[in-house]
Amino acid sequence: MSPFTVGLVVNPVAGLGGAVGLKGSDGAEVQREALSRGATPQAANRAAHAVRTLLSRHPATRIVTVPGAMGEHSAQASGAVFDLVGLPASPVTTPADTRAAVIALKDVDLLLFAGGDGTARDVLDAVRGLGVGAPPVLGVPAGVKVYSGCFALSPAAAGFAAADYAASPRRAEAEVVDLDEERYRHGRVSPRLYGVLAVPADRARLSGRKTGSSSAAPATVEGIAGEVVARMRPGVRYVLGPGATTTAVGRELDLVTTLLGVDVVEYQEGRSRLVASDVTEAELFALVNGHEAVAVLSVIGGQGFVLGRGNQQLSPRVLRAVQNLVVLATQQKLAALNGRPLLADTGEEDLDHKLAGHVQVITGYRESTVYRIAAASEENL
Amino acid sequence: MTHPYIPNAEPGVRAEMLAAIGVPSVEEFYADIPADLRLDRPLDLPEPFVAEYDLVRHMRGLLGNTTDTVQALSFLGHGCYPHHVPAVCDEVNSRSEFLTAYAGEPYEDHGRFQALFEYVSMMGELLEMDVVNVPTYDGFQAAGTALRMAARYTGRAKVLVGAAISGDKLSKLRDFLAPDIEIVLAATDDDGEFARVVDGRILTADAARVPFDESFAAIYLETPNVYGVVETRGRELADLAHAHGALLVVGADPISLGVLAPPAAYGADIVCGDIQSLGIHQNYGGGHAGYIATHDHERLVAEFPSRLFGIAPTKVPGEYGFGDVFYDRTSFALREEGKEWVGTAAALWGITAGVYLALMGPQGMKDLGEVVLARTRYAMDALAKFAEVLHAGAVHFREFAIRVPDAHALLAALRAENIYGGVPLDDRTLLVCVTERHSIADIDRLVQAVKEAL
Amino acid sequence: MSSQAEPFAELPIAPKPPLRRFHQARWDEPIIFELSKTGRRGLAVPEAGAEKVELPESVRRAEPPRLPEMAQLHVLRHYLRLSQENLGVDLNIDVGQGTCTMKYSPKVNDQFANMIAELHPLQHEDTVQGVLEVYWRLERMLAEISGMSRVSLQPGSGSAAIYANIAMIRAYHAARGEGHRDQVITTMFSHPSNAACAKTAGYEVITLMPDADGYPDIEALRAAVGPRTAALLITNPEDTGIFNPRIREFVELVHGVGGLACYDQANANGILGITRARDAGFDLCHFNLHKTFSTPHACGGPAAGACGVSPELEPFLPGPMVDRTDDRFTLTFPEMSVGKIRPFLGVTPNVVRAYAWIMAMGAEGLREVAETAVLNNNYLMHKVLQIPGASAPWDKRRVEQVRYSWQELSEETGVHSEEIGVRAADFGVHYWTSHHPYVVPEPFTLEPTESYSMEDLDEYAAILAHVADEARADPEFVKGAPYNQTVHKIDMTPLDDPKQWAPTWRAYVRKHLRGEPQ
Repeated sequence: MSPFTVGLVVNPVAGLGGAVGLKGSDGAEVQREALSRGATPQAANRAAHAVRTLLSRHPATRIVTVPGAMGEHSAQASGAVFDLVGLPASPVTTPADTRAAVIALKDVDLLLFAGGDGTARDVLDAVRGLGVGAPPVLGVPAGVKVYSGCFALSPAAAGFAAADYAASPRRAEAEVVDLDEERYRHGRVSPRLYGVLAVPADRARLSGRKTGSSSAAPATVEGIAGEVVARMRPGVRYVLGPGATTTAVGRELDLVTTLLGVDVVEYQEGRSRLVASDVTEAELFALVNGHEAVAVLSVIGGQGFVLGRGNQQLSPRVLRAVQNLVVLATQQKLAALNGRPLLADTGEEDLDHKLAGHVQVITGYRESTVYRIAAASEENL
Repeated sequence: MTHPYIPNAEPGVRAEMLAAIGVPSVEEFYADIPADLRLDRPLDLPEPFVAEYDLVRHMRGLLGNTTDTVQALSFLGHGCYPHHVPAVCDEVNSRSEFLTAYAGEPYEDHGRFQALFEYVSMMGELLEMDVVNVPTYDGFQAAGTALRMAARYTGRAKVLVGAAISGDKLSKLRDFLAPDIEIVLAATDDDGEFARVVDGRILTADAARVPFDESFAAIYLETPNVYGVVETRGRELADLAHAHGALLVVGADPISLGVLAPPAAYGADIVCGDIQSLGIHQNYGGGHAGYIATHDHERLVAEFPSRLFGIAPTKVPGEYGFGDVFYDRTSFALREEGKEWVGTAAALWGITAGVYLALMGPQGMKDLGEVVLARTRYAMDALAKFAEVLHAGAVHFREFAIRVPDAHALLAALRAENIYGGVPLDDRTLLVCVTERHSIADIDRLVQAVKEAL
Repeated sequence: MSSQAEPFAELPIAPKPPLRRFHQARWDEPIIFELSKTGRRGLAVPEAGAEKVELPESVRRAEPPRLPEMAQLHVLRHYLRLSQENLGVDLNIDVGQGTCTMKYSPKVNDQFANMIAELHPLQHEDTVQGVLEVYWRLERMLAEISGMSRVSLQPGSGSAAIYANIAMIRAYHAARGEGHRDQVITTMFSHPSNAACAKTAGYEVITLMPDADGYPDIEALRAAVGPRTAALLITNPEDTGIFNPRIREFVELVHGVGGLACYDQANANGILGITRARDAGFDLCHFNLHKTFSTPHACGGPAAGACGVSPELEPFLPGPMVDRTDDRFTLTFPEMSVGKIRPFLGVTPNVVRAYAWIMAMGAEGLREVAETAVLNNNYLMHKVLQIPGASAPWDKRRVEQVRYSWQELSEETGVHSEEIGVRAADFGVHYWTSHHPYVVPEPFTLEPTESYSMEDLDEYAAILAHVADEARADPEFVKGAPYNQTVHKIDMTPLDDPKQWAPTWRAYVRKHLRGEPQ
């Protein structure tokens, strides 16, 4: 049996901006500015830490990486024996280099990358091109923004999770989000869903089983979708926002809807209809204006956004035309907010304030909660 | 006095702990409870017996005011059975290590996992089925859950239940299956068995024909049934159910399976029941635990709400580890509707039943079954001289019903002779239970007393 | 050989090391089927003494069951070895199974339970007056403790009691022509059986999440209640150990829309004699007799539950109930009863034990139980929070338990709470994380009831501190645990694979020894 093989990709400039207050490191200009402000690259060290942890748990791991700062240096620093593939990267690392490195490492059992949400986005781009044979990936948090679900909590945790995966290769899906860095630098967090990646399922979370504990069935995306459909009424137009959960609602209706776009469906007994797919703001407004409509939205990223630039098709005039909002989220996702509210950031503060209050959140089949939603401008992020 | 059960009630210790925390009194910990919710008086409870001997005397006084089934000659059954409980069963289930354990991991509580795995494994041999749950509360709950499993599995919301079940169990089923599952009762045949299957329909004794169609999730058959009658139409009912995509659910007392065919042999898909007969005292109704069994079909396994324990390897060769089989199964189950909870139920009775089956072995179970069959028949034949024995032509296991002019008067007369003669099913019908605990002389004594009373 | 060996140790014995050098029993016991030898017997059965009954082929067993064949001593020995491979309350500092209220179950109460072993539940009332009186007296005492008017002792566990309460709620609304009420509201930190039982009973469940202070969000409740509300099911203090001081407002909001309020008193151990369900306006409540009232947990049951109700709910109680007439105790069935929740009257051995326990405590004793449980909890919290990497989210007072977090330690070391628990067991104690989903990250829940001494609590905290140190020094070592248990680290993977899983020995033999497909 061939040894467990892990590919390593490092975005050496990830996190550069954070330490010097630049809130992100995307773009060569910002990277230069960061270096001039005295930033030192941390991603390489964090990647090495993860690899060391992995090898301490699972010494038989074979490490494969790419030359130079995009992996080789970290592998060396970790003390690992490793193999190199691919060509040396250019002196200034670009998204294209990240993508090329992922493609060069496509045959590994697990791809470990160090970076932030921007890096995750580049990895996702490359993985999409690889199709069904693509390896699962695991992020070592090294960026300023690590809101995507593909990141471990810490470099050590990434190493341990990789080792656990070697012992028990089970996969799960994680959403990749990205923030508009320009807005983030100005104090506005507005994540948008970029896609989904296969990641190792964390087996440790399944233990702690107990006779005395009672488990309601864990909520599933299918359960949530089933509940949404059970509540649908004929003749009403349902606006499905971006996300894996809203896509599942489409599946439940036997319709193919988009993961990242906004779709409009109409429920009918036995046969539902996709009214329009991946609509623009103007198309959407035309479809909901003067028509009974419900917006079905999922929570994007770890900050609780349900209305931000990620689904900007739901503009203020669209939201005024839509009578109802329904939010979809697992209890787990709401729990991760630690009591913070869901956020509306429609671009019009008046409208945000009007939306503020409590909103119904569907968390499973015949399960829901009522959760606070607030104007993003009110919340100290 | 510092209470013997509360070590830190000792004033010196209490003061030391409060000082360590840095608060003046325990009142501080209750500061979040608003004054208007506080009870401003001591609870109005009887004076306690803090000294153990005082308590013993009090409890002996109370519980001495009973006459149990050892002090009297009892023929009571109807869901709770007086089988002999081997001393080893009592010894094992009264061990502190089992009695006071709860829910540790399969490391520090390995023994609990293995003992329960062995229990389900022995039940599996008896039932000839590969999947058996860690016990649920009782046989009532097992039947309710088995029928809910069938409904989830088939996506249907109607079950056909043979009417020869106890009124209490039917009451439980009605409550537990409400509001989404309809119960259709099939009246019992004149011979005491489940209604006959004629031309793909259920022909009940009251001449009603129940059309059995694709709207049914399951047929529920109990054997031996409430009258002690051993059902013989299992295969026909299995075929009928299967022809319509429904399941046959059979309720069976495992104590009978040393001699009776396991329901799987005639096509049962889910088998369920109570294990109180297997080494557990009557306990005034407190000795019940339920089992549910199926074949190893992933889709059906997914519908178990209960825990299933299975073997898993450890780091060390030759070591058995254990864990939960298909732990995430509820998220793979077919339907979200009608799911159930899992919680503390009756694990120690499962361990006890395992001890019982290990003691009995295949020959013990067969011998026991034959004794019960023979003595039941002996008692039926003997009583038939003085009372009408119902369904006398049918095979009976452990129980049978007799019809008398006045059941309550007869029972009162027998009680005067220190005999608990049976359970009245109505004013004229009496259910009599005979096990291996009843010698031929005991049965003869009952018959003589009945003769004198009637 | 010389009888004068070199001395290798000397008196006095050195002091004990700071942590116990525990090792769990390791008998390396085979599976019981492997101990079988054809023809051996563990128990003889009486001769029939009557003519044998020939069974028709349709119902006759064809093949004898493949049960083990063993002599009596060997059955006993096998099970006693397995018994030793467990940690019961009687053996360990059982503060780690939080929410479960692991307290001492007095041995004398087991003797009382044995006194009813041979009573049949359908004996004539005249022959069981003593046990009926125990039921009646325990009911009166629990009614006083909760403030409710009547209490059913029928349910077989806490969850079954919750279900019974929901069945009564359903019957109550149906009787008033309000069967349209189809929503039940609960909270995230109430016991999850509240949501699960409500769903089983057909209700839609609305779960209130904690707000930033750790309390269930009352504004969310205000938004959630309405004409569809059947009931609020709520635990207080919740599983965090935090008491919700606005509980009466919660009840009033639900009453305001015609719903009922139902109190899950699984966490009652710290508030006995301090505050009562009825005084906060609740219509129903339940206790777990195996938690608060000391009946043993028995590897996961038999347990027992008690459902308390206000006068309005009395007609719907499960039947039968025990009533007292002038000179005797008698069974009655409430007029609009939900019927049977389980067979017969209840889990009588545990009803007897719970009664005896309260009779050993009295009002003053129960108050002392509550105060000591709370003192113990706050003392342990004080010790645990001194361990670097441990925290108790929300800066709030705690009553009888705390849900802690190892988030900080886990982020630093990659060691998860579950793994810390397995390692802690190497020192002879249990440890539990939390129900899912984890709201508190890397959670652990400790509930030191009144039964443990200050020295016990010091020892438990020292074990956690030691394991946290180990996690920082050598996370790999902690993740490789256990080392001092009956078995070594288990690979759970086959348990989720239908081709490999083996829920019984026969499935194991078929799949792994004979290699037959499913």
